[in-house]
Amino acid sequence: MTPLAIFPGRGGVLGRASDWIWRNPGRFVLLMALPISLWLGIVYVGSLLALLVQSFFSIDEFSGMIVREFTFKTYGELLRPVNLDIIARTVLMAAAVTVAAAVLAFPIAFYAARYARGRWKALFYIGVMLPLWSSYLVKIYAWKLILAKEGILTWLFAKLHLTWALDAVLATPVIGGNSLSVSYIGTFLVFLYVWLPFMIIPLQAALERVPKDLLEAAADLGAAPRQTFRMVLLPLALPGVIAGSIFTFSLTLGDYIIPQIIGSSRLFIGQAVYAHQGTAGNIPLAAAFTVVPILIMGVYLWVAKRKGAFDAL
Amino acid sequence: MTAAVTFAGVSRHYGPVRAVDCVDLTIEEGEFFAMLGPSGSGKTTSLRLIAGFEQPTAGHIRIFGENVDRVPPYRRNVNTVFQNYALFPHLNVADNVAFGLRVKGVSRKDRAVAAQRALDMVELGDFGARRAGQLSGGQRQRVALARALVNEPRVLLLDEPLGALDLKLREQMQDELRGLQRMLGITFVFVTHDQEEALSMADRVAVFAEGRVRQVGTPQEIYNRPATRFVADFVGSSNVISADFAGVGPAGAWASLRPENITLAEGGRPAVVTSRAFLGRATRLGLDCGGHALTALIPAGQAAPEPGAQIAVSWAPEAVHVMGPDA
Repeated sequence: MTPLAIFPGRGGVLGRASDWIWRNPGRFVLLMALPISLWLGIVYVGSLLALLVQSFFSIDEFSGMIVREFTFKTYGELLRPVNLDIIARTVLMAAAVTVAAAVLAFPIAFYAARYARGRWKALFYIGVMLPLWSSYLVKIYAWKLILAKEGILTWLFAKLHLTWALDAVLATPVIGGNSLSVSYIGTFLVFLYVWLPFMIIPLQAALERVPKDLLEAAADLGAAPRQTFRMVLLPLALPGVIAGSIFTFSLTLGDYIIPQIIGSSRLFIGQAVYAHQGTAGNIPLAAAFTVVPILIMGVYLWVAKRKGAFDAL
Repeated sequence: MTAAVTFAGVSRHYGPVRAVDCVDLTIEEGEFFAMLGPSGSGKTTSLRLIAGFEQPTAGHIRIFGENVDRVPPYRRNVNTVFQNYALFPHLNVADNVAFGLRVKGVSRKDRAVAAQRALDMVELGDFGARRAGQLSGGQRQRVALARALVNEPRVLLLDEPLGALDLKLREQMQDELRGLQRMLGITFVFVTHDQEEALSMADRVAVFAEGRVRQVGTPQEIYNRPATRFVADFVGSSNVISADFAGVGPAGAWASLRPENITLAEGGRPAVVTSRAFLGRATRLGLDCGGHALTALIPAGQAAPEPGAQIAVSWAPEAVHVMGPDA
C-alpha cells in the first residue's frame, strides 16, 4: 500500500481560489463586505443625505419652484403650530402603539421562548408570521369592517349587552368618535395589530438567550417572580424590547395608509409627507418632515444606550 | 440535634424516567454532605428538590423539620452555588453578591457593607466593580459562593461547583470550601461525580445510582466497606470478585478487594500481567489471576513487572470485604 500524499492535490481554479481565501482571510472579508458597503453607503445613506440637503432648500411661494439655496425657511415652516400638531399626534400614537405592543408581546414571546417546543414552536412562528403573508391593504380594510359602526365589534357588543361600554369608550374626548373606525382608538388598534409581529420576534429571540439558570438563581436568592422579572428578565431582554420598539415606533411614525383609511382624518407625519411631495409639490417641506422621525429615533437610541439598555448584549 | 434535610420516600419521575426513586436520606445540621454518583444517577435532581426547582412526585422533604412540599424556591432559606455559577451578566460583582439582600429590601448602604464582607471572605475584596464576564473561572466560582453565603443560608447547596476548574485550582478550592464550612458551621450539601473529591471533603457521603441511594456513610465506611458491587466499583474502582475466589465468605456472594491491597509476593497466587499504566504515585497493573481479571496498584518506587510477566500475588483476608446483593 502506498502511503497517502502529505499534500493531497486539489487542482483547478476552485481549489486555488479556496487556498487564496484561506491565506488571505482579511482580503476575503473585504471582498464580501464590498457590495453591502456600496449599497449602504451610496444607495441608502447617500439618498438619505440627499433628502437632508433638500430639507434645507425652500419653495418659491409664487412660482412653486424649488429654490436651491441654503435656508432654514422650510424648518421655520415645519415648526408652525399646525405642523407641530401633526408631529405630536404621530409621536404620541407611535409611543402608545410601542408600549402596548411590548406589553402584549412579552407574555407571548416568553411562552414561545421558554415553554413552546417542537410542534408548538412551529405553530407559534406560523401564527406570528401568518398575518405578514397577506396584503397589508386587505388587512386594513378587513379591520375597517370589524371596527365600523355597523361592523362586527358593534354587533358583538350588542349581543353581549355591552353596547353601553362601547358607547362610553367612544364618548371619551379626543380619542373617541362616532365609531371605532373613525376614532384614534381604531387607528391605534390597527397599528397595534399590524406591527405586533415586529415586536414579538426580536423579543422572543432575546428571551431565548436568557439562560434558565439565571432565573433559577434569582429565585434561589429569594426573588419572587415579579422581582425576577423586574431585576433579571427585563434587563436581560431589554435589547430585544428596544429592537422591537425601533420597528413598531418607526413604522408607526412613517405610515401613511392606516391613518388615512381608519381614523379621524387628522394628518399623521406620513400623510403630511405624502401630501407635500405629491399634490402640493413642496419637496423641501416633505423632506423636513421626514427628518423628524430620523431625529426622534436618533434621540431615542441615544437615550436607550445612555440608560444601559445594550449593556447585556 | 435536628436534621437539616430529610427525604422520606422521595421520588421525582418524568413520565417513565425515574430521576429520583424512593429516596430516604437524613442530612444532619452542620455537616458537609456529599452526593456522589455518575451522571444521570439522580444526585443533581435531589439537590434541585432541596432548592425547590423541582417538586417531588411522591414522598416528602423536610428542611429543619418543616415540610417544604409546594414551597417555592424563593421562600426557602437555602442557597445554591450553580454548576456554571449563573452570575447575572448585567450586574457587576458587588451587585451580584448583594442581589439576595436587594430582593429582601435591605438598604443600599447595608447591602454594600455585607457584599464587601462576603467578597473579602472569598478574597475578592477588590473585584466589586468588575463585571462577571471579566473574571476567570475560579474567581466566578468564588463570587457565586459569596453571593450564596451573603444570605446566611441554613443549608448551602453546591452543584458540582469545582467541575469546570483545572486540577490545581480544584484542590485549592476543595481546601477553602472545607475551611469555610468549618468556620461558618453551615450545612453544606455537595454534588459531585468525582469520588476522590467526595471522600476527601465530606463528613458523610451518599452514593447514588439510577435514582436510588446505594449507600450512606462516612468516607471510610464507603471506601472500606462498600455495601454493593456498584459502590465498590464506582468508589475507588475496586476489584469485585466472588467471595469464594477471594478466599473468604460463602460461594455466590460478591466481595470487594481494593487494588492497593494486592501485593506482589513470592509463593502467592500465580498471575499474568496483562497491562501496565504509570500513574505517577503508583503503577496500575492489569492481572489475569486464574481467569479472574484483577487490578493492582503498585506504589511508586517498587519495581513493576512488564506486561506478559508471570508473577505471584497475594492479599490479606481482612482486606476482602464481602458485600450484600445489589438492590
